[in-house]
Amino acid sequence: MIELQYRVERPAFSLDVDLELPLRGITGVFGESGAGKTTLLRCIAGLESAQAGRLIVAGETWEDTGRGIALPVQRRNIGYVFQEPRLFDHLSVRANIEYGRKRRASGDAGDVDHVVELLGLGGLLERRPPALSGGEAQRVAIARALLCAPQLVLMDEPLASLDRARRDEILPFLERLHAEARIPIVYVSHNIDEVCRLCDHLVVMEAGRVLASGALQDVLVQLDVPVLGGSNAGSVIEGTVASYDFADELTCLEFPGGRLWVPDEVGPAGASLRLRVAASDVSLCRTPPVDSTILNILRAEVEALEPAHGAAMLVRLALGEDRIVARVTRRSVRELGLQVGDPVFAQIKSVAVRRALAD
Amino acid sequence: MDSLLQPLWLSIQLAGITTLLLLVLATPIAWWLAQTRAALKPLVQSLVALPIVLPPTVLGFYLLIVLGPAGPLGSWWVELTGNALTFSFTGLVIASCVYSLPFAVQPLVVAFESLGNHKLEAAWTLGASRTDAFFSVALPLSVRGYLGAMVLSFAHTLGEFGVVLMVGGNIPGETRVVSIAIYDQVESLNYAAAHRLSALLLGVAFVALLAMFLVNRRWRR
Repeated sequence: MIELQYRVERPAFSLDVDLELPLRGITGVFGESGAGKTTLLRCIAGLESAQAGRLIVAGETWEDTGRGIALPVQRRNIGYVFQEPRLFDHLSVRANIEYGRKRRASGDAGDVDHVVELLGLGGLLERRPPALSGGEAQRVAIARALLCAPQLVLMDEPLASLDRARRDEILPFLERLHAEARIPIVYVSHNIDEVCRLCDHLVVMEAGRVLASGALQDVLVQLDVPVLGGSNAGSVIEGTVASYDFADELTCLEFPGGRLWVPDEVGPAGASLRLRVAASDVSLCRTPPVDSTILNILRAEVEALEPAHGAAMLVRLALGEDRIVARVTRRSVRELGLQVGDPVFAQIKSVAVRRALAD
Repeated sequence: MDSLLQPLWLSIQLAGITTLLLLVLATPIAWWLAQTRAALKPLVQSLVALPIVLPPTVLGFYLLIVLGPAGPLGSWWVELTGNALTFSFTGLVIASCVYSLPFAVQPLVVAFESLGNHKLEAAWTLGASRTDAFFSVALPLSVRGYLGAMVLSFAHTLGEFGVVLMVGGNIPGETRVVSIAIYDQVESLNYAAAHRLSALLLGVAFVALLAMFLVNRRWRR
């Protein structure tokens, strides 16, 4: 468990947070630029001086301005992945990833081999950083942070400076990292898709304040969090592969609230998957649609309604234990007379499969 | 020929020792200047840059007073060693360090400033202390700045004349550096010797600068 309270006052910015974060899995810190995500991360690392701060990691006090305690950066047991790789150009890739390991005497040689394998760095070890591509360099930076035997890894938008192709190159590595779940990670991002793929816990920030914090699934369906509206609105559900229809090339996924068909073979039977359902892909009917082209029509119950930007309205639906969000128009809600507790049929136009989960 | 080579050798020794001392001396000054936001910074900047604009005679005059047997540094030196600093090789080294200081500090400030804090922060998060991060990251990444500082302080000390004349005089084998020797030869209308020495000095200075720019271009990729 990480307990943290920080207050930072700047001429044009202030940060004021009080959070408890789990010390396992990946915790996403989501918000638009300027929300204070990076400042928060730098506070945890000890790179930023706060007017008031308290940080307790696994029962150990790293910072308490009230009691005059502040561990210097190098004595906080963290790994930090910056937006840019920040590799040391005068050292080989191997020397770069061993820089922290040498200084924090723990971890054995097996760890190096494992992380090198995990991040696909085998062929790069003798190269110098200037000879690496952007994606390779960022993978080296991640390896370097993981190998200094940290209690906690802080990642500040590690994919933001990369183009889409490079990003797609690194995401699978991060997913493998998550699947291993050895080291807890705090992952800052302004990309909801990354957050949905990687995180278990989610903190939403705006203008230096925390708007929401909790399990990813729960926070995503909180309708009153503005930055989770608009194109970011949606939900995540977890299910398992039930069967594959070869003729139609569709996979059937089961989850507690029902069944979903998704295109292509997405995994072997029994495999756990995480799915993202965007609110804009969900529409609602009072009666079961009989001649719709949409394959996935699920019975659901209206749980909450919240006006969003412009003509839009967000509707939270319960499908058994799972929750999804639909974005419809205010007019539709009025004309259908939708109210909390009403049974509806949710038509889900598309579902994005967002990684295989760990077994 | 020996009488021609001796001043050149003395000059190279003086410039070499001065350069080495300056690298050590200029590093903390340049580091402080590159990192600080203190109100004192412009003051230190001006002090360090003074030798660039002052006439060497003015600088030499003050150094003569400070280093002289009655001066604050000179009298202490006499007490310590029994010898005067003025008109000695040691005195020349001290004077050269002052005179060439800006030429060592400036390239290092530029190097440290362009290095920024990014890589240092990365080093700290990997468990390196401030000192460790300086030696393992900042220093090796500033090699080009050090190369520039070395060549400039070496070449500038080699070409020093006014300060040497004021502080060191013209003692063969002790303070008679090549620039003084050239002046001597010209004074006694010995143009052939003056030519040879001047050409040598010109060659050394040019080669040093050329080497620096070539290495620099190589490293830029």
